[in-house]
Amino acid sequence: MALNGMEIYKMLPKKNCKECGFPTCLAFAMKLAQGGTQAEKCPYMSDDARAKLEEATAPLMKTVKFGTGDRIYSLGGETVLFRHEKTFVNKPRFAVMFDDGMNEDEVTKKINNINSVNYTRISEEMFVEIAAFRCSTGDKQKFISLIKKVVQSCSKVIPMIITEDTEIASAAAEEFSSLGPILYGANEQNYETMVSIAKKYNLLLGVKAPDQANLYDLVQKIQNSGYRELLLDAGGRNLKTAFDDVVNMRRTALLSQDRTFGYPSVAFVCDMTKDKMMEVAMATLFVEKYASIIVLNDMDYSMALPLFALRQNIYTDPQRPMRIEQGIYRIGQADEKSPLLVTVDFALTYFIVSGEVERSKVPAWILIPDAGGYSVLTAWASGKFNAKSIAKAIKDFEVEGKLKTRELIIPGKVAVLKSDIEDELSGWKVIVGTREAAALPAFLKDYLQERAS
Amino acid sequence: MPYKKPSQKFGGKIREVTIGSGLKLGGESTLPFYSFDGDTGAKPAIGMEIWDIFPESWPQSLKNIFGEYAHDPVKWAKYCIEKSNPDFICIKLEGASPEGNNKSPEECAAVVKRLADEITLPLVIAGCDSDEKNASVFTKVAEAVPDKNYVFLSAVEANYKEVGAAAGMAYGNIVSAESSVDLNLAKQLNILITQLGVKPERMVMNPGCSAVGYGFEYVVTTMDRIRLAALDQNDVTLQMPIISPVSFETWKVKESAATENDMPEWGNQEARGIAMEVATAAGVLATGSNAVILRHPRSVEVIRNFIEELTA
Repeated sequence: MALNGMEIYKMLPKKNCKECGFPTCLAFAMKLAQGGTQAEKCPYMSDDARAKLEEATAPLMKTVKFGTGDRIYSLGGETVLFRHEKTFVNKPRFAVMFDDGMNEDEVTKKINNINSVNYTRISEEMFVEIAAFRCSTGDKQKFISLIKKVVQSCSKVIPMIITEDTEIASAAAEEFSSLGPILYGANEQNYETMVSIAKKYNLLLGVKAPDQANLYDLVQKIQNSGYRELLLDAGGRNLKTAFDDVVNMRRTALLSQDRTFGYPSVAFVCDMTKDKMMEVAMATLFVEKYASIIVLNDMDYSMALPLFALRQNIYTDPQRPMRIEQGIYRIGQADEKSPLLVTVDFALTYFIVSGEVERSKVPAWILIPDAGGYSVLTAWASGKFNAKSIAKAIKDFEVEGKLKTRELIIPGKVAVLKSDIEDELSGWKVIVGTREAAALPAFLKDYLQERAS
Repeated sequence: MPYKKPSQKFGGKIREVTIGSGLKLGGESTLPFYSFDGDTGAKPAIGMEIWDIFPESWPQSLKNIFGEYAHDPVKWAKYCIEKSNPDFICIKLEGASPEGNNKSPEECAAVVKRLADEITLPLVIAGCDSDEKNASVFTKVAEAVPDKNYVFLSAVEANYKEVGAAAGMAYGNIVSAESSVDLNLAKQLNILITQLGVKPERMVMNPGCSAVGYGFEYVVTTMDRIRLAALDQNDVTLQMPIISPVSFETWKVKESAATENDMPEWGNQEARGIAMEVATAAGVLATGSNAVILRHPRSVEVIRNFIEELTA
């Protein structure tokens, strides 16, 4: 259970030595209670007190890792139930399920889909991070050769080895240990051996029980054996039970402050439905609340576009809005004479503006200066979106060399910038655009007609 | 130590509002689908969107489904009911748009009256993109279908007096208060409309909607905060059921609108449109929507199953 500042203070040496970086032991204790520093910063604490404090001040939900090299992923570590309370930190990862009983065609189709879904959205690379492998034949060689085939064909995936057979688990863990796989399948019967395999290769261990109460007991046993790199599965294989599981495990950790369930969890959506669109609906629910690995039957573009976009939205820090990279963006088959618009680098604004320009079917360019990542009026009011930042972008992105047009369409809300920009950019004419993006299609059509006449 | 399952009991409750002759929205005293915590209220409802004019701008896949019926809103509505059995029909009076067909309020009222006479499902009546025009259209429409408990989507800050007075007070219908993804704006508009004299049981709200990927985090966070204020802090000004016009947003974004020629690597356009609509609908339901408006029959089927499974 969490300790308050005074309780921590009582356990400190009270020397006020300042070696921890705080002026007094009391100040250190207060900071420690808020999670703002670590117990180990105090050099004079007794080992017993330190162990107690580390336990008491550790995060309620552990951050665990899997993967290898530049594909090491963190899961868990969440501190709030709702993103507005602070932020969500470690986004869920998507897995595609393979089974060693599957036929060749099915395996090939999934491999192809995994490899084709690979794109960038607002500076984030979107791809399937995990391939899950279920051993249903009991044939060790068959299982390992399937994993081998997929990890060789899909260069980015980290394998998740799913078996409750300790001999197969051990062989697969050894074979693929360099990839930092997830080992899933510790249960009431096999957990001692599974823990020793996970320990040996330092792997994230998936723990499974038939329900929350049984899982709770099992996790305590595993913790007592000294292993804490865990991924939880309370067994729910229909939507209602699985939702109950993830919500209540998260609430046990964060509301009841009971670290037994302070680990990330996995949702096997692939076992809850065979309908692709239903998988999209279920995965949406689990991205919002509260799965850390979401296992699907497949992942094609129609699933990826909404799911990755949703995940990117939900895991944006509310205090730091998403920014789009500065530059000049081409919409449609724009050429050097096409209209040029400017707006801010706040991702939402860019998306809405570019969406409306696309909808207009008028090929055009959108210039994005450094506007601090704010919306149009906020950026203008804070002096980030003005004649200077716009002129700088025209220069930095060599607009005069790339385009023949010397007319710049600005957002209607900052019409006051017109003369400033014209002063700053000789030879340019500023056109005041619409106040709302929704009016852009009509505006652009009129603008082209007027320019032509 | 044995497992003690956590539970959150709230003092507040979402108001139950009846639309049409018996479709109940709201009534829950838990977070969405938290049946383990208590009463989750009425099952979220699904409506299908139709227009008063032919939906020229809709993607081809939707026109393939509805095109044959879409020249007549009554035929269109009946086809939706027969094919998909939604809980309500949302008639969007797109033809009223001053930028488009600029139909008169009387013409709009006639369309809604015909629908009211021909179908028994509750209606949700949505306007065009002009707040000013909607004020006069909604006034006429509400007069043409009095005491029906139809929902008028929406009253906004610019026209709430006209819409509230006509739909919510004079003619016995229901007002949806629409604000743009901000708890305080939603609260303020609800207060203004109730101060006008509209009873809270004649109100629902739309605190803003967007497609997943398009600022959807603001939608989720606004709705999370509204629901927590309503339930945990018992804020009566925010206890109205929420209606989310999902299809108004999802079918115009690139993921749904780009053809297979535009984006060959993205594959089947129809599947993309359905998936965007399904994800957005599931996303708002998971954060507190009591009703969603959809276009594609497949989306209706999937979201119905989704709701059934979570409320079973």
